Amino acid sequence: MKRGIAGSMESNDALITVKESDKLSVTVKSIVYDFFHEQIEKVIYDTLAERGIGNVEVICEDKGALDYTIKARLLTALDRMEG
Amino acid sequence: MPGNNPAMLQNSDVFDCDAVIYDLEDAVSVTEKDAARTLVAQFLSAMKKQPPMEIVVRINGLDTEYWEKDLEAVVSDKIDSIMLPKAQVRYLKQLDEALSEIERKKGMKKHVAVLPIIELAASVMEIDDIVKAPRVNGVLLGAEDLSSDLEVARTKKGNEILYPRMKLAYACAAYKIDSIDTPFTDTNDNEGLADDCAFAANLGFTSKAAIHPNQVPVINSVFVPTAKNIEWALRVEEATRINAEKGLGVFSLDGKMVDKPVMERARKILVKARKYNLIQEDKQ
Amino acid sequence: MKNALNRYVPEGYVPFESASAYKNKERKLIAPKKTSEGYETLGSISDMFDRLQIKDGMTLSFHHHLRNGDFVLNMVCEEIKRRGLKNMKLAPSSVFPGNAILAELIENENVTKLYTDYVNGPVADAICAGKLKELCEMHTHGGRPMAIESGALHIDVAVLGVPAVDKKGNGSGFSGQSACGSLGYAVSDLTYADKVVFVTDNIVDRIDNPQLDGKYVDYVLKVPAIGDPSGIVSGTTKITKDPVGLKIARNAAQLLDEIGLIKDGMSMQTGAGGTSLAVAYYVRNRMLEKGVKGSFASGGITGYFTDMLEEGLLDELYDVQCFDLKAVQSIGRNAAHHAMSGSKYANPFDDNVVDKLDFVILGATEIDLDFNVNVTTDSHGKIMGGSGGHSDTAHGAKVTVITTNLVKSRMPIIKEHVTTVTTPGEDVDVLVTERGIAINPRRTDLLEKLRNSRLPICTIEELLETAYGITGRPEKPAVTDVPVGVVVYRDGTVIDTIYKTK
Repeated sequence: MKRGIAGSMESNDALITVKESDKLSVTVKSIVYDFFHEQIEKVIYDTLAERGIGNVEVICEDKGALDYTIKARLLTALDRMEG
Repeated sequence: MPGNNPAMLQNSDVFDCDAVIYDLEDAVSVTEKDAARTLVAQFLSAMKKQPPMEIVVRINGLDTEYWEKDLEAVVSDKIDSIMLPKAQVRYLKQLDEALSEIERKKGMKKHVAVLPIIELAASVMEIDDIVKAPRVNGVLLGAEDLSSDLEVARTKKGNEILYPRMKLAYACAAYKIDSIDTPFTDTNDNEGLADDCAFAANLGFTSKAAIHPNQVPVINSVFVPTAKNIEWALRVEEATRINAEKGLGVFSLDGKMVDKPVMERARKILVKARKYNLIQEDKQ
Repeated sequence: MKNALNRYVPEGYVPFESASAYKNKERKLIAPKKTSEGYETLGSISDMFDRLQIKDGMTLSFHHHLRNGDFVLNMVCEEIKRRGLKNMKLAPSSVFPGNAILAELIENENVTKLYTDYVNGPVADAICAGKLKELCEMHTHGGRPMAIESGALHIDVAVLGVPAVDKKGNGSGFSGQSACGSLGYAVSDLTYADKVVFVTDNIVDRIDNPQLDGKYVDYVLKVPAIGDPSGIVSGTTKITKDPVGLKIARNAAQLLDEIGLIKDGMSMQTGAGGTSLAVAYYVRNRMLEKGVKGSFASGGITGYFTDMLEEGLLDELYDVQCFDLKAVQSIGRNAAHHAMSGSKYANPFDDNVVDKLDFVILGATEIDLDFNVNVTTDSHGKIMGGSGGHSDTAHGAKVTVITTNLVKSRMPIIKEHVTTVTTPGEDVDVLVTERGIAINPRRTDLLEKLRNSRLPICTIEELLETAYGITGRPEKPAVTDVPVGVVVYRDGTVIDTIYKTK
């Protein structure tokens, strides 16, 4: 199974893992979950849509990353999965 | 600023500096080149307001496999300059062509400038041509790599880099571009940093690179005009205006002759002082 | 019932009116405890419970000068647990993570009431989970002595850890294996509790000018150790190296200079956090540059202030609590380094030190558009601290400066409304962040002085927008409406309620 990981568990970063899958699933764990989980999920779905990716499993472990960091980590993880 | 560090990127615009260099080269490990490039690109594209400083991205050298991808990712209207490590004339030509291609392809309004780093003995010998190369509007001295190229020890006093420092300062002054002195690497020695700044300023450098944001106030304290100089420059400005009305291009102030080079020096001080908001103007 | 800040006040408490409402009230003093010559010696903690007849429902008090190295509160908790006592009320001046056993006692209803000025760690978690049967009352360092001397907080037995006790029962924190310096927060307990026990690991022949007067002491218990020295004082407290924190500190010092507070006779207080200490450092540099000499610094004292005392930049230090080893060493050595009581420090009805402060530098977990500050809970409403001296110094000082990052790990520190009010906005004058400085619009005098300033002055609304521009607008976290505690302002009124977390 192809997968890609990018980012880190440092403060203000996020560790994002993507795995090949036959359906779309997004899991978000975050230190600011109660305040920003909708926004984090939106960034992830928007980025996948931008890339035209429908079916993939995304796991985001967030340490207070801003939107552009989450997007960048997701893009890098996807690039790494594609190899 | 290390390009792969989100915590540092997000506060990179709060320090009172002229430019921030986002680094994709030495501060990023080879396994994270892709991540850093994407992070810097996303960071820049998310920037809503015009930041209070210039934006420079240091790409990987043209002798690596990364530089083209670096440029592709980060060149946009958001950046002011590309910093080129291990700069040589042939690389500068190649970089200019690549930038022109990207600017055309992306339909950019901006013409991205280039800041070469002089960090090879070969580059020192080419300085005269480097300052004339297309897009070059400033040059940075990189003493760490330069001294290892020379196989000499790097010292705080810096005698080993006296020649390239002088050569660079003159070449930049001749072509009216920024000369940026090499960073002072001991982040715990502010006194040493201040001495090093003063020395570089006396050689004619217009600015100095910081390797830590905590160095910025010390560097500014040397390169930013003093209150005394600003006061003098304001008086020259006022006297120039009054004398110009009388049709006098040369006049005397405090018993000293003021001619065009003096007026020019005063003008430059005031440009800097106004840029840093150093002139008290009553906001009633 | 709602108070003047529109915050809910539970039944039975007096709502907060204003920071200066105490001025219309009379000081109320109960009779101090009876004095006696000499003391009796106890054999063990268990012996203490027997001889003092400590039983269900009693109130026991403690000080927190041994901080996270404290054994005394823990020893007493062990004994309460062993004896299966119920409904005990505890009044430790602060609670640290090292006091985890207290969380267990709360869960099992051995302890059902808590009065404290600051609490974090497992005990805070237990309170927030709704385990404490009655409301936790969170006082200020000045409000606690006021509550004790007025009888509002009645103490059956004060169990006080004392690093040195002499033959007459006099106590001091200056020496001994558990030396912690000033014992300021123990003084009211000593003076007004029904019974007082000193727990010590160091009996000496004689203490000159003791901070704790032996005439109030009923019992002394000697134990092998009252605390773990490594947790009592940190070796050194250091200024931050974080460039953002340093920028904030530089701007704060610049601002203090521009509003004319760096002058001969100046008085100041800062917290022991890295950014606050950095402000002290930059202020010190300004004083040296200008050749200025200050009158005093107060509060929890660090080595930065003892250095300033020793280099002649300050005439005196008023020390309620020593934060580091240098401060502990200085208080025993420098005559101008005075130990003071919590009441002398901050009791609104005492001739206190905070009222004489020119400026104080404080932190914030949250600050809102009305300049209200929260240092009691996080943005989820979970307890992670408390006022300590925050609201006391903010009220006393002529200028109160809050220094904080605008955003920490995506959380904007500025809110429309703070989750919990610790210090009312009327007492908060300046907010310094890395992206701008906001002045409370009530302080037209400061705004006038800063009219031509080059500092990045803006409104607090602009700072909020800047923060949201970076982080996005935060969603509102789910909270319950079940009160678990009250934030008691220094005058005894309730300024806010703390709720059970989800």
